[in-house]
Amino acid sequence: MNLHALLDFGPLQQNFGTVLKAFWGTIRLALLSGIGSLILGTVLAAMRVSPTPVLRGAGALYIYVFRNTPLTLVLLFCSLGLSDTLHLQISHDPSTNGFWLATIGMTIYTASFVCESLRAGINTVPLGQAEAARSIGLTFTQSLRLVVLPQAFRTVIAPLGSVFIAMIKNTTVALAAGYFEASAEMKQMFDTYGGTIPIFLGFAIGFMVLTLPTGFFFGWLSKRLAVAR
Amino acid sequence: MTDTGKAAQEADVSGGGPLVVLENVNKYFGELHVLKDIDLTIHRGEVVVVIGPSGGGKSTLCRTINRLEPIDDGTIRIDGHLLPEDGKELAQLRADVGMVFQSFNLFAHKTILQNVTLGPTKVKKTPAAEAEKYAMELLERVGIASQAEKYPAQLSGGQQQRAAIARALAMRPKVMLFDEPTSALDPEMIKEVLDVMTNLAAEGMTMVVVTHEMGFARASANKVVFMADGQIVEENTPEEFFTNAQSDRAKDFLSKILTH
Ligand SMILES: Nc1ncnc2c1ncn2[C@@H]1O[C@H](COP(=O)(O)OP(=O)(O)OP(=O)(O)O)[C@@H](O)[C@H]1O
Ligand SMILES: [Mg+2]
Repeated sequence: MNLHALLDFGPLQQNFGTVLKAFWGTIRLALLSGIGSLILGTVLAAMRVSPTPVLRGAGALYIYVFRNTPLTLVLLFCSLGLSDTLHLQISHDPSTNGFWLATIGMTIYTASFVCESLRAGINTVPLGQAEAARSIGLTFTQSLRLVVLPQAFRTVIAPLGSVFIAMIKNTTVALAAGYFEASAEMKQMFDTYGGTIPIFLGFAIGFMVLTLPTGFFFGWLSKRLAVAR
Repeated sequence: MTDTGKAAQEADVSGGGPLVVLENVNKYFGELHVLKDIDLTIHRGEVVVVIGPSGGGKSTLCRTINRLEPIDDGTIRIDGHLLPEDGKELAQLRADVGMVFQSFNLFAHKTILQNVTLGPTKVKKTPAAEAEKYAMELLERVGIASQAEKYPAQLSGGQQQRAAIARALAMRPKVMLFDEPTSALDPEMIKEVLDVMTNLAAEGMTMVVVTHEMGFARASANKVVFMADGQIVEENTPEEFFTNAQSDRAKDFLSKILTH
């Protein structure tokens, strides 16, 4: 292998459109899984602090299972278990189907991390405020929604940022669920052109373009919304 | 408080029926028996001061009255209604019982005004404008109307506690519970909070106040309840209690706090 081929930026330029499209696939997956896991994670956190033992138990079980299972297995389960065995068919187009299966898998997996970050945040809200909320007649859900969670979210914005950065990087295993995103495109280019440094660099930078602003945004938001106590 | 205010209030008390009735209440924390066969009746318009040594169960007593702590045995009635076990009815009933905590417990992410309007708008579904109007009246009454747009952390302890009182009053409760409302305050702020409480008492609010502020007890209380080791040891008028306590526990306790 000669050095010239190893440093050839040609393939990246020739396939620029395809690469962008692959990254758009990553962005779509990350955005939807981000929103999904935020919602599911919040519901799980509410379950874990609820006064009902059954809900607490179910929430804890969920976390133990999905936080400790490799993402690849969760995604494979989505594609093999949900799609192939249970015939869950979200779309007739295999690529759209793969997208939804990957989104479901990423959401299920990431929600467990969102939940645990949020629960740490809930623990920083003084118990007295929840008691005061109950004492003015708010129900458990109201006090969670109006008093505890808004403060909990503000304290965990920075850690949530880390969860979402990890999630963006985790999209690279979405191929396990049959979804084609940026890293899958990279592997394909490696197959066609050989594992060259420019291709690798190009994709690494592409991911940083997604993750770095995410980190800065969450850092900024965290400072802006801090609650004085 | 003026003498006429107090006289009017005492007249009220004789006419007011029972509002909070505890019968045979028992409460355990694990092995620890913290409330032992508590019988206590609080009449409409009455101001009851609860006093006693640390760990005697005063806070627990307060907290059982709005069921922040469940009880193991006995009954608690508010205005004739048994405290519901849980759910919506309990939330409704809690709205009738205002609670003021030692540590204020204002909602840190909301302004003072929002703290006061939250209950009325979310529990009673009062329209926002109406809730704000009443909230401003209450803040005026407790003397912090000018702080309405600030956040709790920007206020002094005394101001925060007065906001907490306004927040509880906003629900138009039938009875107000105060658990050592001035214990976390610097001395110069105690008076401003006690003044608000004294005025409330003069207006005929039914109050249960855990406090060691003897001045308040003497001026505003109709009854002093002395609690120790989870029991009500003595129940008397403030004058009788402070000058002529019957039990040894109470005499011993008074000798300790009076020498301080
Ligand atoms: N959540 C709890 N779990 C276990 N034990 C508790 C709990 N809350 C209170 N206790 C115990 O119950 C007893 C009564 O406590 P309580 O707070 O009612 O006393 P108190 O009269 O208010 O005391 P203080 O004057 O110190 O506030 C104490 O022995 C206390 O340690
Ligand atoms: Mg106490």
